[in-house]
Amino acid sequence: MTQPVALTINGRRRDDQVEPRLLLVHYLREVAGLTGTHIACDTSQCGACTVLIDGEAVKSCSVFAVQANGRKVTTIEGLAENGTLHPVQQAFWEEHGLQCGFCTPGFIMAAAYLLQQNPSPTDEEIERGLEGNLCRCTGYENIRRAVHSAARAMSGATDAASAQLVGSAAAPVED
Amino acid sequence: MITAPFEYARPGSVDEAQSLLTKFGDDAKVIAGGQSLIPLMRLRLSQPTALVDIQGIGELKQVRRDNGTIEIGALVRHVDIQRNAVLRETLPILVEMANDVGDNQVRNLGTIGGVIAHGDAAGDYNALALMLDAEIVTNKRRHQARDFYRDILTTALEHDEVVTAVRFPVSTGRFAYTKFRRRLYDWALAGVAVQESGSSWRVGYVNLARTPRRGSAVEAALASGASAADAAAQSGSDIDPTSDVRATAEYKRHLTEVLTVRTLQKAAAV
Repeated sequence: MTQPVALTINGRRRDDQVEPRLLLVHYLREVAGLTGTHIACDTSQCGACTVLIDGEAVKSCSVFAVQANGRKVTTIEGLAENGTLHPVQQAFWEEHGLQCGFCTPGFIMAAAYLLQQNPSPTDEEIERGLEGNLCRCTGYENIRRAVHSAARAMSGATDAASAQLVGSAAAPVED
Repeated sequence: MITAPFEYARPGSVDEAQSLLTKFGDDAKVIAGGQSLIPLMRLRLSQPTALVDIQGIGELKQVRRDNGTIEIGALVRHVDIQRNAVLRETLPILVEMANDVGDNQVRNLGTIGGVIAHGDAAGDYNALALMLDAEIVTNKRRHQARDFYRDILTTALEHDEVVTAVRFPVSTGRFAYTKFRRRLYDWALAGVAVQESGSSWRVGYVNLARTPRRGSAVEAALASGASAADAAAQSGSDIDPTSDVRATAEYKRHLTEVLTVRTLQKAAAV
């Protein structure tokens, strides 16, 4: 027996009929066709399937699609804007924050969530923040480096954005 | 793995949840964050025929202080506990426990009501509820924590009962919690919680028996003036660990005594 669900995935609304037992990760991969979200451990431990629901990191293998009905889901495919990689994606690229790459989508989503909560984490805060994600190649050193690099890039971007905002707000006063 | 099939409903109120549970019958289950239930369903260790998803019941998301009691709604998540200023002031040991539950992804979904209803001896909050004489509020009655935990994953809840809140005494004395585990996101191999309460100490044990345990013998020794080491030597009669893939029962008993001393010393030093 199926039920209707309406989810907004990466900014686009979808309406589907699903069985209640369909996991969100299977919905994303098999119904929505978004295969960037990976399935690895199948036991809710490895974090490869991490996505954001209403901006918060969750393991999509441990949520039923029906539970996410009416919510906004962001997957790895939704991070880049207009063909420009998200700063966390860019940093993983530049710092080679991966070896085989299978865990990477989950790490990037978890890291994006971490940086949204804590824009300049310490080494230990990165380790704690990413404790729900496993890299079986043990490429953790470069992953940590990539998160630091993304943090720097994002704080720079924020400074530039606020400077611009101040500039345009100040302009009328100068007239 | 794929779970067994089930029916799904999302009620808007506690009353509606209860009628759905009555309608679906004995094999229906309440789901909140699902972070314990869904993994069990995927292993088919749990095969409910229906899930009643209470996520939409807003009144269960409140934290309220009522004189000497702090009432925490069942849908308050671990991450909400971590961020709650009132809890940091009135029940800081709970915030410390929340910081170490699972990982960010689990803490963003898992709820305190789920931990209580699941009744797992490994659920950190259950030992705290027991040692602090918390009350578990449901749609039908108030349970005393001391009468609530019956056996492995078995509580006093009836099939159409929904946990709505947990009431803890405001506890601002010295405290410490030690969660011993091999990996950050693991359950406790052994967990020891201590909380100063007036002129006495409360002690709780996580994952050291079929149910959460209160450290009554250790508490009594402390009350009669024993040192931390002498009191901790009594911990063996408060727990009943079993051997498993992680450790033997003997190792867990030794570990518990050592951790009890350390946790008491840590709390006393705060």
